[in-house]
Amino acid sequence: MQRMLSDWRAILVLLGPAFLVYTSVMLVPIFWSAGYTFFEGNAIRGFEFVGFANFIEFFQDPTAMQAVGFTIRYAIVLTLLQVTAGYGLALLYTFVLKRGGALTRTLVFFPVILPTVAVALLFSRLFEAAPATGPVNSLIILLGGPNVDWFGQPDASFWVIILMDVWRSMGFYAVLLYAGIVEIPDELIESARLDGANGWRLVRSVVLPLSLPVLLSALIFSINGTLKVFDTVVALTNGGPGTSTTPLTVYMFRTAFSFGQYGYGSTVALMLTILCLVVTVFIFRSTRRDLTKG
Amino acid sequence: MTTATRHMGRLLPVVAIVGASAFVLAGCSGSADNGTTGDDSAAAKSDGEFSVLSQTQNTVIAGTLEALAGDQCETADETASLKVDSVDGTTWDQQLQVLAGNNALSDFGMAGGTPALMQEFIEAGLVVDLSAELDKLGVADRIVPAAESTIKALYGQDALYALPTELNIEGFWYNKQLLEDAGIEPPATWDELADAAATLQDAGVQPFVAAGKDGWPVTRLVGNYLFRSLGADALQKVADGEASLTDPEYVAAADAIAEFGSEGYFGDAAGSIDYNTAMNQFLTGDGAFFYMGSWALGNFNDSEQNKIGADNIGFLPFPAVEGGAGSADEVPANVGIPTMFTTSGWDEGSAQWLECIATGYGDTALNEFGQVTGFVVDNPPAEQSELTTTVQQVIADAPGSVLWFEAAFSPEATSVSQTNGGGLATGTLSGQEFMELVQAANG
Repeated sequence: MQRMLSDWRAILVLLGPAFLVYTSVMLVPIFWSAGYTFFEGNAIRGFEFVGFANFIEFFQDPTAMQAVGFTIRYAIVLTLLQVTAGYGLALLYTFVLKRGGALTRTLVFFPVILPTVAVALLFSRLFEAAPATGPVNSLIILLGGPNVDWFGQPDASFWVIILMDVWRSMGFYAVLLYAGIVEIPDELIESARLDGANGWRLVRSVVLPLSLPVLLSALIFSINGTLKVFDTVVALTNGGPGTSTTPLTVYMFRTAFSFGQYGYGSTVALMLTILCLVVTVFIFRSTRRDLTKG
Repeated sequence: MTTATRHMGRLLPVVAIVGASAFVLAGCSGSADNGTTGDDSAAAKSDGEFSVLSQTQNTVIAGTLEALAGDQCETADETASLKVDSVDGTTWDQQLQVLAGNNALSDFGMAGGTPALMQEFIEAGLVVDLSAELDKLGVADRIVPAAESTIKALYGQDALYALPTELNIEGFWYNKQLLEDAGIEPPATWDELADAAATLQDAGVQPFVAAGKDGWPVTRLVGNYLFRSLGADALQKVADGEASLTDPEYVAAADAIAEFGSEGYFGDAAGSIDYNTAMNQFLTGDGAFFYMGSWALGNFNDSEQNKIGADNIGFLPFPAVEGGAGSADEVPANVGIPTMFTTSGWDEGSAQWLECIATGYGDTALNEFGQVTGFVVDNPPAEQSELTTTVQQVIADAPGSVLWFEAAFSPEATSVSQTNGGGLATGTLSGQEFMELVQAANG
């Protein structure tokens, strides 16, 4: 084995094909796209070198800035809500529903496996204002309120998207965090209980510090997933009303493929990549201390 | 510090290589994708197939061509047999761009929905100059002049680059019964329309039906208000950079519509209404005025859909604005989605098809599908609805036509306008905000 791994030809034969495929489907498009950021044009009218003009345009474009604002707001709000909800559920699974929690776990996890478009359709019907009145509006009207046009108002649309995503993803985070919490040795919990730590005190002083590594993974997983949101928004509001719920991903798609600005679309993509990178580094840095010491 | 410098020293060549390869790759793509101009010589021998790309939502074009293939176009079909491929039209422009980029456009097909995209195609030499070819074939007189001028104006060209497979006028259609019940005469001016809307609202009738979710039925109102208040060249001036949408006289037009929106004239959920829902609302008596194109005649004449009765629908040209430079006689017109011949597929077979389409399309589309086109009609149907006759009469009487709000805008400005149009109808956007967004996108 040792001899084989010191043979560069063997390494080439074993890794070469995989590396070739990876290079052609991942690295080449990434560099290609990075190169486009310095060009203007598309496949029909050709390309023209414009230097940093696309980057300057990005920072002066009100729609791009709105998309950055929406993306960050969406990522922060959704990450906080879905990880908190997931953590709450994980604690529930571990301490309250220790036996017989399988059914609850299955039911809560169920939305995760549903197709996004189906969930979006469900929520658009739930919050429908016209032509038919959906269950939510029916309830509001029953209580004496007005028929609310949820998808016609920017703020209302935002919260419907958030609600849908929390419902859809909390089951996943619950399972992920549950896996971290069950790893905490029972003896530790028992000894903490004997020392008088119960309820919130037990969670804050024992469970939370010991499950911090998996919580951190969940946060990074969530923030990166939410920064790159595309399908839920397209399926539920298509970025509307106006461009008020348009994230950077959708804006990138529109500029590149609907408006035929490949260079500018690539610039938006690069900006999103940088944003993801900065956020991930920020989270890593802020939790650099020894996690096991709480 | 020393470690950092050493790191930088190691990183620099890597960054340089990555940067250089990115430039090389992007540069290569530019030159590789650029040479898509095809052979535009009519002498090229037919490849035996006449490929057509159409939208699944539009069955008239494919249906008419299939009818022609068994009739006037039989000879052309023998030379190049018709092969229709229909795809979803929701992302039509995107699909056309991808096909054009890969030199994979069909011989014939529906043009881009955004005029600016079609202009790109024309400039890139992807589309056949039909003025020259129709002249060669001796059938140039088969295109109705009004339709020809509309297409030329649409693409800003002196030559014809697309065929008018539709010719539509737009305006307010109204429910005669609802107006009569409220004691309202069809309004002739914008102020009268506003008064009528207030009266209807007080009587518990929704004054306007509009697909706020789609946006364009609302932005058409802004455009038409501008044509009436500032004249037919109002939006061309914006496209040419001589005026800005944020100028007060332009903002006034958007404000006029936004005011209707904040009064609730479009209903309490205008932002959620799509095209089909709006059509259904009007045809079931849920609204008094409906701004729409004459392509809706098919729905109006269908008794299954139309529960208020075709005789109960009246047509009202977009009203005049008091003291405005435009005239209510200038009818908003469009050619729907016109059709184009591509240079890459142009050959003897395509030329034969062009000749027989120019000769027979108008008759076949009108008789088989009730579609008014921009082709000369020789044999009109013996019986047709009063509404269809009204539309034909309005087209014949119009001294001139105007396009629509976004016709001269970039694809980006068109998208921004139409996605934000609903905000005017729901009252969530002011005229100023709307115009600022569109102007910023139009550069």
